[in-house]
Amino acid sequence: MARYDRAITVFSPDGHLFQVEYALEAVRKGNAAVGVRGTDTIVLGVEKKSTAKLQDSRSVRKIVSLDQHIALACAGLKADARVLINRARIECQSHRLTVEDPVTVEYITRYIAGLQQKYTQSGGVRPFGLSTLIIGFDPYTGAPSLYQTDPSGTFSAWKANATGRNSNSIREFLEKNYKDTSGQETVKLAIRALLEVVESGGKNIEIAVMTREHGLRQLEEAEIDAIVAEIEAEKAAAEAAKKAPLKET
Amino acid sequence: MECVFGLVGDGFAIVAADTSAVHSILVHKSNEDKIMVLDSHKLVAASGEPGDRVQFTEYIQKNVALYQFRNGIPLTTPAAANFTRGELATALRKNPYFVNILMAGYDKEIGPSLYFIDYIATLHKVDKGAFGYGSYFSLSIMDRHYHSGMSLEEAIGLVDKCIMEIRSRLVVAPPNFVIKIVDKDGAREYAWRESLKDVSATSA
Repeated sequence: MARYDRAITVFSPDGHLFQVEYALEAVRKGNAAVGVRGTDTIVLGVEKKSTAKLQDSRSVRKIVSLDQHIALACAGLKADARVLINRARIECQSHRLTVEDPVTVEYITRYIAGLQQKYTQSGGVRPFGLSTLIIGFDPYTGAPSLYQTDPSGTFSAWKANATGRNSNSIREFLEKNYKDTSGQETVKLAIRALLEVVESGGKNIEIAVMTREHGLRQLEEAEIDAIVAEIEAEKAAAEAAKKAPLKET
Repeated sequence: MECVFGLVGDGFAIVAADTSAVHSILVHKSNEDKIMVLDSHKLVAASGEPGDRVQFTEYIQKNVALYQFRNGIPLTTPAAANFTRGELATALRKNPYFVNILMAGYDKEIGPSLYFIDYIATLHKVDKGAFGYGSYFSLSIMDRHYHSGMSLEEAIGLVDKCIMEIRSRLVVAPPNFVIKIVDKDGAREYAWRESLKDVSATSA
């Protein structure tokens, strides 16, 4: 057992934890994921890299339920994600068993972030190479929440955020275009944000919508295609409107 | 003096349990629900040591829920019954649970089913089953009147016959019973049979 005492994540002379920063690099290479919080709807969207022809796309679910009222999407090492998700699911049920109450979104986020931090300060292990976006409704107040965690173990609440590939561009778009939305408008905002960096089409995007009454619902490819078409039409109309007055001057 | 019994009918399974929480000579309450809704299509009627009953059935319920989140599909009734039996068996020779369970469930491919699981981890798939002193009476009544494929009315009639027999022949018979049913539409409470309503503190 003495062999596993040595810590792998140690400080550099200028105060960096390089393993954590390298883990963040792994996240930056992962698929784009976006989360948008509306007043009564929360949406998670993930980029789906083109599936191999022989692969059964249904077996690659990128947005998962942790409990009836909590869902998670992540960017980075998917195998590491499986481990974290499994631990989080167990914690959700364990919490229900010991205190007879469902977890709050903040509680489970704190738990996952705590786990990620532990692996930056333990012997013989490396950090988890993923950032998560966690959404859910508070079981008592009904308030919608969106949280993000990263390999260092920090977490915070967001109105909208993105992680993974080109997350900076998506975040910029969201900062420019975010406003309080509800229902379908929230879904559209999430898809528009994702379309900034992803090839348009239902094949390349996975979207899941959570509402207080119906829990998590994964959108079908056809539904996503329909909304994408709506967005493109709106974009075209906006372009046309821009050009028209210019012509008059 | 706890009475739990159940039977399988045509496309449904029904379980009934008494609702008395007793400690020696004191009745704590007479509306204790001993039939837990395990998930959307499963019921667990449990009797035995009160602490163990709640602890064990809640533990099973949360593990069944965890399976569903991990695997995207719910456990079948036989799988849940075998899991429950396994947990009882593992604890048996160290720290046994004193809980007897009748697990009723409905699966799309299998239809309704009833499992008899006793505290020493016996597992039997049955058409009718019962636990407790009441079983001496309810099993006899069911042996006489049960036939496979009973309709809901017939089954409720049989359940009521059993309750009547328990009330009249068991020395410290529990006054109230709860009846729950599970069929293709899910697990739900069917009715209460109360001969003693809890009186509120202030009366006119």
